[in-house]
Amino acid sequence: MSGLPILSLITFLPLLGAVLIAVLPSGDPNLIRRTALGTALATWVLSLILLVAFARTQAGFQFTEAADWIPSFGIQYKLGVDGLSVLMVVLTTTLSWISILASFGPIKFRVKEYMISFLVLEVGMIGVFVALDLFLFYIFWELVLVPMYLIIGIWGGANRIYATMKFVLYTLVGSLLMLVAILATAFTYQAATGSWAGAFDYEKLQAFAAAGSFGQNFQLLAFLALFLAFAIKVPMFPFHTWLPDAHTEAPTAGSVILAGVLLKLGAYGLIRFAVPLYPYAAHTFAWPIIVLSVIAIVYGAIVSIVQPDLKRLIAYSSVSHMGFVTLGIFVFTATALQGAILQMINHGLITGGLFLLVGVVYERTHDRSIAKMGGLAATMPIWSTVFGFFILASAGLPGLSGFVGEFLVFVGSFVYAPGIVVASIIVMVLVATYLLWMFQRVAFGPVSDFLAGLGDHVTDMSRVEFATLAPLAALIVVFGLFPSLILDFLNGPVQHFLVAAGSAVGG
Amino acid sequence: MTALLPLIPILPLGGFVLTGLLGRRYPDDAHRIAVWAVVASWVVASIVAVMALLHASPFGTGGAGITLWTWIPANGFASGFNASMGLFVDPLTACLLIVVTTIGMLVHVYSIGYMAHDPGRWRFFAYLNLFMFSMLLLVMADNFLLVFAGWELVGLCSYLLIGFWYPRRTAAVAAKKAFLVNRIGDMGFALGIMAIWTQLGTLNMQDVFAKFGSVPHEWQIAIALLIFCGAVGKSAQFPLHVWLPDAMEGPTPVSALIHAATMVNAGVYLVARCNPIFGAAPEVMVVVAAIGIFTAILAASIAFTQTDIKRVLAYSTLSQLGYMFASLGVGAWTAAIFHLMSHGFFKGLLFLDSGSVIHSVDGEQDMRKMGGLARKIPITYATMLVGAVAISGVPPLAGFFSKDEILGGAFKNGFLWVWAIGFVVAGMTAFYMFRLMGMTFWGPSHVDPEVEHHIHESPRSMTGPLILLAIPAALLGLAIGFPPETGLLHQWLAPVFASTIAASGHTEAAYNFFGVDGALAIGTTALVAVAIVLAWRLFGVEIPVLGLRAQPRPDQVREISARRGLALLYKGSFNKWWFDDINNKLFVEWGGKLAAAAFWFDRTVVDGTVNGIGTVTAGAGGWLRRVQTGRVQNYALGIALGLILVAAGYLVIAAR
Repeated sequence: MSGLPILSLITFLPLLGAVLIAVLPSGDPNLIRRTALGTALATWVLSLILLVAFARTQAGFQFTEAADWIPSFGIQYKLGVDGLSVLMVVLTTTLSWISILASFGPIKFRVKEYMISFLVLEVGMIGVFVALDLFLFYIFWELVLVPMYLIIGIWGGANRIYATMKFVLYTLVGSLLMLVAILATAFTYQAATGSWAGAFDYEKLQAFAAAGSFGQNFQLLAFLALFLAFAIKVPMFPFHTWLPDAHTEAPTAGSVILAGVLLKLGAYGLIRFAVPLYPYAAHTFAWPIIVLSVIAIVYGAIVSIVQPDLKRLIAYSSVSHMGFVTLGIFVFTATALQGAILQMINHGLITGGLFLLVGVVYERTHDRSIAKMGGLAATMPIWSTVFGFFILASAGLPGLSGFVGEFLVFVGSFVYAPGIVVASIIVMVLVATYLLWMFQRVAFGPVSDFLAGLGDHVTDMSRVEFATLAPLAALIVVFGLFPSLILDFLNGPVQHFLVAAGSAVGG
Repeated sequence: MTALLPLIPILPLGGFVLTGLLGRRYPDDAHRIAVWAVVASWVVASIVAVMALLHASPFGTGGAGITLWTWIPANGFASGFNASMGLFVDPLTACLLIVVTTIGMLVHVYSIGYMAHDPGRWRFFAYLNLFMFSMLLLVMADNFLLVFAGWELVGLCSYLLIGFWYPRRTAAVAAKKAFLVNRIGDMGFALGIMAIWTQLGTLNMQDVFAKFGSVPHEWQIAIALLIFCGAVGKSAQFPLHVWLPDAMEGPTPVSALIHAATMVNAGVYLVARCNPIFGAAPEVMVVVAAIGIFTAILAASIAFTQTDIKRVLAYSTLSQLGYMFASLGVGAWTAAIFHLMSHGFFKGLLFLDSGSVIHSVDGEQDMRKMGGLARKIPITYATMLVGAVAISGVPPLAGFFSKDEILGGAFKNGFLWVWAIGFVVAGMTAFYMFRLMGMTFWGPSHVDPEVEHHIHESPRSMTGPLILLAIPAALLGLAIGFPPETGLLHQWLAPVFASTIAASGHTEAAYNFFGVDGALAIGTTALVAVAIVLAWRLFGVEIPVLGLRAQPRPDQVREISARRGLALLYKGSFNKWWFDDINNKLFVEWGGKLAAAAFWFDRTVVDGTVNGIGTVTAGAGGWLRRVQTGRVQNYALGIALGLILVAAGYLVIAAR
């Protein structure tokens, strides 16, 4: 595989698909749909090849590609993956083809523009995970924003303009701060070394940081700027309020990608950049961030209980579940960080599945309000069974994947300070409360008048819908029983993170 | 031999998968898979259990296990968390295997008839199989994390089966309540597991027990208390007892299997299994004994006045589980497992009997609308009588021996208060059980005339298991508990508890019938006899013995308490001491208000701030528009000023 630029291929194959779709006739939506799905599947297959070819026991970045881009500022086109980014790339490509398949039915107008947006979105997401140059990373980061803005704004629900503006402006505030931090970091590096060479190169900067060369006050400022950008994306309490609005208004596939991948961009940024580049600051701000994470875990769950809308409920539950990720990152233990990364993947699979399932009901009822549902277990038994399965996975049932990640975060945090876990363990009851109460109102009891009024429209899941969910369900079981399939990739990245974070303790 | 162990849980797991997949296509036959899977599991479990109880190779006295794979790997990190997928069988596990697979198998057979007319029968059997898998995983797991997995999975099955008739709102609500209340206890259990890991760096149970002495004492206490939290939830002890009576919304075979004979015993099993942990924290043992015996008398007092036949049995289960915890708390470890086994059989029997009764009177569960059923459903009556006599503690049936050992253990280990309360509860148990028998089977019929003429005995698939369960309910005590304190069970379990008992300093005096032990046994038996006669007198006699013929009325307890100025006590008992009302107020109402307040905070304060900033920015934008004068000089000035500002900021930062 050595000569083949596989990372560039994976990143830009969807772009090729988008260009191809652009020249296809708009009058044949099925051809467009199939082309989009084919592109996404091909990208997925390539990413699986990458997964297999990746040397799990080898530390450092693999499949690196580098070329000068703007040499006068040392900006490069540099890609590379470690165990963490490989997993994130595969998560992205998997959810992408599932989302495109899930859009076949629901997206009926402007199919061409939709599919182009989606494929461009995929380019941006993959790019974020493989970029090793900070400027390139920023470009990909911003690239994600545009198609998502369109997907929510054009194909979204009634209140879509408000939601998408909020999403974009909020994220933009964060990413502009990030740009400032990136530029400041490069300037500092250039000032210290006297050369622009490597000023945006992650590996060079990280080595520079490991040597303790970034001053403490500089670290505090730069870290805060980056942290804010990433915290908004995760989203951490109290920067989370764009999420329920965006989720509620986004089309189903948009919600899947939003929850499944976009939120992970923030967590990935924290693990890859914020902590290893500014370790002193990361340690300084660790406790406030831990407290915010605990608040997110508990508060997100409490607020979920009273949500009247299915999507809004899942959105708030994401705030709670992503709290585990940020908690796991900032207690600086191998166990907790592995749990956090597992949680990133599991949340993508589980919450992605939940949004797909809500989409299935929405297709039939054009409603998501919990109060109008009831008795779906009788009218849609297969859907109810699958929904129940994903709900149990989300509630952290042992044997399914969600449990392992959350438990590892808790154990790792308990080792760091038992009080953290004591303060947040109540989530075990809360998560069951909001999910099972919701499930009871939606699936159990007699069939509601609203659903009865729809009559034959309320049919059980179709084959295509089942096909979008089956792979997610299978992975949830497999990773629940054999988490080592994921953990095997993580020794190197976690080791690297801990060394990088630890190098700050003295400085 | 150990290669057989995985088969025991995997057979029902396979049954679950197959029944679940094929059920929709073959709704009339899929349940056969589930039944045969459990029968096969029973065969393997019996072989394994007998070998383990006889301390035969490879089990010996310490047990033996098998590791299937590394569930969570340490992944190369020095203190990386790890847990295995491993099974372990020792004599204690073997006792549980016998109870779980035997009663499980009989309940499966019984359910063929009981659920014959339910269109969701295959689903029911799939869930039952999943439960068998989970319960077997729980008792066979070799590490705490895997126990926790089984622990949560049985909770899930309980949820699915209580809510089996989901169109009924009460069933759905009860199912959710059971799961949530259990999770409250599970929080403690989970924290306990994390504490064990933090202190010892392993979760393998045998390793933990071996090293537990090295843990600082305050952590020993914390760990024991936290594990006990889990047990309190799963075994429905005060104050988490509220879910079990509501769980009776599930089909009756479920009540028999899960909510009487197996799952609710998991807490007792866990504490017994962790005897080295509790032995190291005697302070917690007192808590265990206190919670147990308090639950015993609390639940018995409620059982006095309930009118739903299954609820009486549910409160009776709470009470008997309380006995078991009291027994564990006073250090009578073997007696607790003895009572677990005998209770499993006779309470399983009683529940299946109640199902047969309900089946015969067209689904009626209110005992005030029963009466005089003895002649009409004789097999059910006879087997239920065996169960009632057994639970009341009449010699020589199973309950007599196990209860006697608990009371004797409390007395001889110096817990006189536990003994005294337990003694009273023994009398109460006999009374409420024969109140149940009287209201159901004796005296004149109060059955709805519509139903009256088609009262019928249950089919053979249901009466068969009743007869088979009546045998151990009657004879188990004699078989494994006689002679007292030296019987087979004590020989089997001795190695499990030996070191903890030795460390506790309770030197067990030999059982002496012509001494304190005999006196206690006779005292209890006399009280039980009086209680039975009293209930007999109040609730109807068919045979005119000693002039005890009476015309029973269903509400005897209420009338008598009113006459004696005890109306308040009656009210308290009838309303289950208002626990449900308090919980409803506290958690459902106020908890709901808290959540609503949090949501209000989120919308108005957190999001309000964000939108506020947005509005201010938009307003500022309108004002700033005036800056766009169109004059290039102004822009150039702005750019220059901005550059100076940025550069200054950068210089300040870089200078540090």
